Amino acid sequence: MIEIKDLRKGFGDKLVINGVSALMEPGKANLIIGASGSGKTVFMKCLVGLFEPDSGEILYSGRSFTSMELEERKELRQQIGMLFQGSALFDSQTVEKNVMFPLNMFTRMTYSEKLKRVNEVLDRVNLKDVNKKFPAEISGGMKKRVGIARAIVLNPKYLFCDEPNSGLDPQTSLVIDKLIYEVTKEFNMTTIINTHDMNSVMEIGDHIIYMHQGEKEWEGSNKEIIYSKSKKLNDFIFASEFLQDVKEMRMLEAEGKMPNGKNGHK
Amino acid sequence: MNFFNHFGRYILMIKGMFTKPENWRMYWKELMYQCSDIGIGSLGIVMIVALFIGAVSTLQTAYQLVSNLIPKSTIAQIVRDTVILEFAPTITCIVLAGGVGSKIASELGNMRVSEQIDALEIMGINTKAYLIMPKILASFIMIPLLVIIAGVLGIWGGRLAGTLTGILAPEEFDGGLLSGFLPFNVAFALYKAYTFAFIISSIPAYFGYFVKGGALEIGKASTTAVVTSCIMILFADYILAALLL
Repeated sequence: MIEIKDLRKGFGDKLVINGVSALMEPGKANLIIGASGSGKTVFMKCLVGLFEPDSGEILYSGRSFTSMELEERKELRQQIGMLFQGSALFDSQTVEKNVMFPLNMFTRMTYSEKLKRVNEVLDRVNLKDVNKKFPAEISGGMKKRVGIARAIVLNPKYLFCDEPNSGLDPQTSLVIDKLIYEVTKEFNMTTIINTHDMNSVMEIGDHIIYMHQGEKEWEGSNKEIIYSKSKKLNDFIFASEFLQDVKEMRMLEAEGKMPNGKNGHK
Repeated sequence: MNFFNHFGRYILMIKGMFTKPENWRMYWKELMYQCSDIGIGSLGIVMIVALFIGAVSTLQTAYQLVSNLIPKSTIAQIVRDTVILEFAPTITCIVLAGGVGSKIASELGNMRVSEQIDALEIMGINTKAYLIMPKILASFIMIPLLVIIAGVLGIWGGRLAGTLTGILAPEEFDGGLLSGFLPFNVAFALYKAYTFAFIISSIPAYFGYFVKGGALEIGKASTTAVVTSCIMILFADYILAALLL
């Protein structure tokens, strides 16, 4: 569980995160959504310690991350996995070496044990016969899966995903979303996902935080988002006419007033 | 103000390298990789540069010594001292600043821009210690060795050029080489090599590690790193000569 209390972060005179508080529960996909420049990436970077917040507190299972000593932070970070927007795989290493890296650094396993674990996680993310390939030789979707495999290889308690669907086609995006959701449930991880992708919001959004100009504008689940009265949120989520139609249909569906003929397209 | 800002961050970067490694074996592997990359990877260019500089030194010294009163073995003495005191350490390190320095800056810059450094940080690895320290240590180990090789090859190149062009006989060159030899000159060359090794590895590491932006900024950081390293080498060269000679 991650608890965030009144988090603030600014650069120069500009306040990018303004008093955000939230509770991220384990076994749930916690989504942070918002327009570009709304502060969600800075928010995530504060949570993982890449940026130091100006004030506020971040608690990992009750332990204050903000006031931890460097060594204690390093220890905690071994329980954190992160999937980056660009996957951040080590270019000069094969897929196998990339996934094996955290094991090499932090465990005393034998080579055969490490290889077994690498193959387990690669299998878990549905990747086969790519062990000896370099990141430049695999597709964007495969890179994301390798990124997920590397992030979960040490069985982390917390998983952070920064725009996991960026640059992927809708079908591959769904596969990645499903995979993140499955590993979250399977390993009871506290998963935090930064996303722009509305499919992700609707499909896996157990807990959604909408950020607007550095502030938490709305909080709820994918089931509640349809009924949200927040104009800013509705303008952001249901930006196109098509999505507005979808919203209306979903609302009618929920109220049992679905017009004839439309049910057949479900 | 900008200079002090850079200098402060540079000092903090150096200070940040001194922590207990997360895994000694992984750091050792990285050090060995860097030794191979910096040392073996630069051996070819260092050998070529040293040979030709030694050869040109002999030809140009002979061209300037027109008096019959000066023995020809003096050419060998001049070539020896010039190569040991200046050409082997300084020219070799300026060449290495271009090759090794730009590689360090662009490698770290690329890792920064593609979030690989962030990925390592989040895993709980001290990236300054894991990525920069092995490069500096490898430079300390390999660059003095390269300077020694450059010194030997430079003198040998001078001897070869002198013999091939008939300026002086091999015996005359060898005689000059041994006369008035000061072992301190070799020690001085090694002091320079260690100083330059630190400059060549730490300055490009600084510019690469703190790069912001994309491919264009990596290129700019690499160029700035090489130019700054070259200037710092020349500056340190002067300071060391003024202090120690």
